[in-house]
Amino acid sequence: MKRSNAPIFWLLFGAGGMVSALIGPVLVFITGIAAPAGMLLPRELLSYANVLSFSQHWAGKCFLFVIIFLFLWHSAHRIFHTLHDIGLHAGLGAKLVCYGAATTGTLVAGCALLRLGW
Amino acid sequence: MSARRPYVRPMTGWWRKNPFFIEYMVHEGTAFFVAAYALILLASVVVLGQGEAAWNRWLEFLMSPLCIIAHVVILLAFLYHSWTWFNIMPRTLPPILINGTRVKAATITYGGLAAAVIASLIVFAIVARLAP
Repeated sequence: MKRSNAPIFWLLFGAGGMVSALIGPVLVFITGIAAPAGMLLPRELLSYANVLSFSQHWAGKCFLFVIIFLFLWHSAHRIFHTLHDIGLHAGLGAKLVCYGAATTGTLVAGCALLRLGW
Repeated sequence: MSARRPYVRPMTGWWRKNPFFIEYMVHEGTAFFVAAYALILLASVVVLGQGEAAWNRWLEFLMSPLCIIAHVVILLAFLYHSWTWFNIMPRTLPPILINGTRVKAATITYGGLAAAVIASLIVFAIVARLAP
């Protein structure tokens, strides 16, 4: 019997769901509200030099990649499985769109982060 | 050409008739906000590679009131996702046994939420230390 590839997608969905449930809200608060508004955190947190050096550090680079990668795959998988509930046939086309978008986003993020150097 | 016209039950709006399914669709819908935030981060790392001038334009956008309000909406969706994620976890995990008794659903849910609070405080503390 051919092995199913479904567990891989469910694993990524679960991992992304768990990471986003644990630290998603605080990340949105830091990068989207606190730092841009200069509330609780200084605006300079998001300065070019700061963000660049964070992204050039191996830990920062890995962190950004893992967050983008897992959040994309979590949402792609969830949206794909909810299509059925709104009456859309979740066939090969929908699968290609959802997982294709997540794959493209992952590759773009990986290339962009690698090009920033170490 | 077949003359058969089998009845196909209409699908539109079925979930709006039952509060349980409305909640289900809302918590599934948080995926769009998770995707939106992932795309914002993705755009950020791409723009970062285009140099300081491009980054400063992007930063100006991030600091605009409209963008901050959008992030407040995204934050609310994330908070709802956290709550539902741990609320459903007792049913998505295989049964956990400790000394032969099953761990209570409330223990899993509130344990998960407590872990989220602690993890968030650690992340915030690290970022606050990194801040200039």
